[in-house]
Amino acid sequence: MTSPIDPPLALLAELTHRCPLHCPYCSNPVELERAAGELTEEEWRRVLGEAAALGVLQVHFSGGEPMARRDLVSLIAAANDHGLYGNLITSGTLGGEREIAAFAAAGLKHVQLSFQDFAPANGDRIAGLAGAHAKKTRFAAAVRAAGLPLTLNMVVHRQNLDGLPQMIDMALTLGARRIEIAHVQYYAWALANRAALLPSRGQLDEATRIVEVARRNLRGVLTIDHVVPDYYGVRPKSCMSGWGRQFLNVTPSGKAVPCHAAESLPGIVFPSIRESNLADIWYRSDAFNRFRGTDWMAEPCRSCERREIDWGGCRCQAFLLAGDASRADPVCALSPDHGVVEAARQEAEKAPDAFVYRHYS
Amino acid sequence: MSDRLVVSETSVMRLAPHIVFRFDDIRQRWTMMAPERLMLPDEQAVEILHLVDGNASVGAIVDALAARYTQAPRELIAKDVTAMLQDLADKGCLSNDLAD
Repeated sequence: MTSPIDPPLALLAELTHRCPLHCPYCSNPVELERAAGELTEEEWRRVLGEAAALGVLQVHFSGGEPMARRDLVSLIAAANDHGLYGNLITSGTLGGEREIAAFAAAGLKHVQLSFQDFAPANGDRIAGLAGAHAKKTRFAAAVRAAGLPLTLNMVVHRQNLDGLPQMIDMALTLGARRIEIAHVQYYAWALANRAALLPSRGQLDEATRIVEVARRNLRGVLTIDHVVPDYYGVRPKSCMSGWGRQFLNVTPSGKAVPCHAAESLPGIVFPSIRESNLADIWYRSDAFNRFRGTDWMAEPCRSCERREIDWGGCRCQAFLLAGDASRADPVCALSPDHGVVEAARQEAEKAPDAFVYRHYS
Repeated sequence: MSDRLVVSETSVMRLAPHIVFRFDDIRQRWTMMAPERLMLPDEQAVEILHLVDGNASVGAIVDALAARYTQAPRELIAKDVTAMLQDLADKGCLSNDLAD
């Protein structure tokens, strides 16, 4: 592929893996980074400056729970000084009014707050933390009191999807302008719990119908983002809009990766921001060029008319389900490995609901 | 829960406080940033956005554009401008709260 490489649009700054929640679908790597290995405030400031110079426009402060970092407010201010549009992705279980007011004063533009369910008891059960739901509710009020726009992120799966109408009502009650109906993606810890989480076809169809009705009724009041879980798709998602095309993640210990889950791929050395600058990493590293464009593709992707629409789907999913990151994403019905996805769907129709919880310890 | 902002020629609006509309030096183009959304307005949209200032009504914006583009009927400009601003209002990018 000879076309020029565009600069990245967004940086996901994964400040820490520390988190008070124990969600069974946690998207962080199975091996969590220790606090002692985390980047320092100075290192993050350098990353933010290099990101802005490279062309990044938005920064998402994430984790783990980013509010576990005491220097978050100063990183928000640094991002704002560089003209980066700051977004906080939080569980809302650490801190409240005082912190949010400071973040708003430092130039934060938006908060995305996760909820595990509309019902407090089930939400707390899924999060593995008593009282979490009540804290999140107070946190939402603090966000609105600070004048910041709020998005609710509802992670949905078989064990809470039936409460979708109540989740939408909750978003309205809490003053959110946007709600993400985020189906669990089956990587890392979530893959271990897939049989207990993957919704049935019937549940999914009902959810899609509810979203369509609510979108009509709430036009201009609440934006509803709903992405159907890719196990039920015919073609794969355009994962990260393509490897190394728009997004750049920096992990708590400073590794630069094209996506959140890419560290699970074997045989790729991801560069550290401790050893190189972001521009070198983005344009010249082997890791970011590994699956960029279409030259790396094998059939059926190579000759597929959608190769520059879905970019072969997700590399991590290809590795996890087909054992080879350079194969087509098996959720694609054209993939020779598609049978494993069909088997997972069948398994989901009859599996029990028990979780394997995760713990940061 | 807020009501939908319905755009008409009498509406006076500004960009919502959390919307950033700025020139991107690296890409040499105007960008509009919203929560987890990035918009790349075309030349025409950029011109309209510069006129959304919390003072001018939509009707006044249409008048200004009609004076610049004398070949286009005012009616057509009004339809396009209202549709674009309604779309942005539905995405939460505009506000009719003019108090600071």
